Amino acid sequence: MTQVVANCPNCGAKIVFRWSSSVQTVCDFCKSILVRTDVDLKKVGQVADLPPDSSPIQINTEGKYGNKAFVVVGRILYEYDQGGWNEWHIMMNDGASAWLSDAQNEYALSLASKAPNLPAAAQVHVGQQFTWSEQRYIVSVITPAHYRGVEGELPFQYWDKTDVTFVDLRTEARKFATLDYSDPEPALYLGEFVEFDDLKLKNLRSFEGW
Amino acid sequence: MSAGIPPLSGLPKPQAKALNCPKCGAAITLHSFGQAVTVVCGSCHTILDAKDPKLAILQQFEATTHEVKPLIPLGTRGKLAGTDYEAIGFQRRSTKVDGIAYCWHEYVLFNPYKGTRYLSEYNGHWNDISICKTLPTAEFDGAATANYLGETYKHFQSADASTDFVLGEFPWQVRVGEQAAVTDYVHPPRVLSSEKLDKEVTWSIGEYMYGREIWDAFKLPGAPPEAMGVYENQPSPVAINVTGIWVAFAAFTVFLLALMAGFDMHAKKEPVLHETFQLNRADARGEASFVTDVFELTGHAATVEVKTSAPVDNHWIYLNYALINQDTGQAWDFGREVSYYHGYDSDGSWSEGKQTDAVVIPSVPPGHYYLRIEPEADPLLPGLLYSVEVTHDVPVFGIYGIAFVALLVPAVIISFRAYTFERSRWSESDHPPMELSNMSSSSGDSE
Repeated sequence: MTQVVANCPNCGAKIVFRWSSSVQTVCDFCKSILVRTDVDLKKVGQVADLPPDSSPIQINTEGKYGNKAFVVVGRILYEYDQGGWNEWHIMMNDGASAWLSDAQNEYALSLASKAPNLPAAAQVHVGQQFTWSEQRYIVSVITPAHYRGVEGELPFQYWDKTDVTFVDLRTEARKFATLDYSDPEPALYLGEFVEFDDLKLKNLRSFEGW
Repeated sequence: MSAGIPPLSGLPKPQAKALNCPKCGAAITLHSFGQAVTVVCGSCHTILDAKDPKLAILQQFEATTHEVKPLIPLGTRGKLAGTDYEAIGFQRRSTKVDGIAYCWHEYVLFNPYKGTRYLSEYNGHWNDISICKTLPTAEFDGAATANYLGETYKHFQSADASTDFVLGEFPWQVRVGEQAAVTDYVHPPRVLSSEKLDKEVTWSIGEYMYGREIWDAFKLPGAPPEAMGVYENQPSPVAINVTGIWVAFAAFTVFLLALMAGFDMHAKKEPVLHETFQLNRADARGEASFVTDVFELTGHAATVEVKTSAPVDNHWIYLNYALINQDTGQAWDFGREVSYYHGYDSDGSWSEGKQTDAVVIPSVPPGHYYLRIEPEADPLLPGLLYSVEVTHDVPVFGIYGIAFVALLVPAVIISFRAYTFERSRWSESDHPPMELSNMSSSSGDSE
């Protein structure tokens, strides 16, 4: 894979994109949020220090999903009244991009999906049912969350957010769906819950005493 | 990774966080690396906001001095399902059924990679509990059955559970006095529980564990408290499937019947002697004996049946027989009685005995034989005619009866044990067995 290399417009450090389709990244040195344009990188903001976090996953953690290997290249950190969770942006070895979420050690893998007529946030209520890709999903919880920060490479521009609404949908199988209302247009993610051991994760963080 | 990538600054290694209670100043350590939502001060029983760096006070609760101590001290680590977990939180909860309070304990276990898991303990019965990732299906709250991962769970009990005492860290907003509607569905050794608090429903799946297993997992000193009674999802000690036993029993019975039919068909059932004799009163008194004609038994050693028929009517005759081998002189001595009595009394008509008698002598070798007969009779009996029939190689079914009983007895015992265990289990549920509910309402009887 050819890696895209550029320099940080803020501090001049070398910026390497591990995923060719990344739209946004954060400079490891000066924490500038950088967005790719046709010619170079543009600084759009600065990441505030991320709060201490207890996810065992970090940038560069490697793992397996089915028969595909992946590496963690970025993340978005959210908080809500019962705690926080991470959406880790992962790059599969076939070039696809996916998300590995870690909500208090409950792990799930999802992919951005398309479906017509997604409901507006105000129209959704708990218990409501939707069918996407012939699978019935039931709204289990609606979580108002706030954006706490980003790290690494992302497939879209994502910064300077405040409050966002997430709608979690569950099924009678391991599958789940999330409706993300970060942007005016709702985004749909379809995925499934995964077991920590099945991901065969390497390069994890270590915890004092464990 | 290749050399072109700048070194990651690296996240600091998370450490257990040491804080002080804002109320009493006692030391508090957060073990779950920022996952705790609430933490309880062990000294002054104040519930604190673990997300707040200053540990804002959320609730203060009264704890009497005789509060139970966690059986697994907080901070203890143990291995469950191959993963190390640390006990970080403890709560006592209770429910009231028919005015009686039942208490149980719950432990919050934590692993920084695998997250939280729970243990519950009630009267020495333990459960290893995790939150369901797949939604179980129940038609409504408290439906008769619920389905989870293709298995059917039977409704056991619905009750309101209140939190009475808390200690340590919790990954949720814990409060003393909070009430949740809890519904349990069982499929031993598993229990599926739904817990409804406000509008949010959480489903969990538990698997029964013995106190000994907990003690081994956490290397606790001493012995676990003895389990009392039968718990809702305790596996039956009758580990074998009772239906399977009866299927096996039926199969064996069919096999026995087939064996009997086979031997019956194979047996020659060859009549070798049929003679009729006159019994005289003089003979009876004189105890005279006589011999029959000689008959031949051919083939292999086989059974010999001697059948005596006498039209006795409120009398008896007794025959001393000897089956004698003419060639070797070997003899089989045996006595048979034929008696038949009948009449009427206050209970109506009755009868005893019958007019025929048959006996089987096993393994008689081939050869020439005769019978010596010495009759005795009721002195009141007038003379009568009786007949003696000898049949060679008759099938014997007694052994099958013994085999049948030998199979039946354990099947009945196992079924009975399984039945009494299940009855004890369900007597504690919302659906007690019928006769039990009648019993308790009439006499207040209990186990």
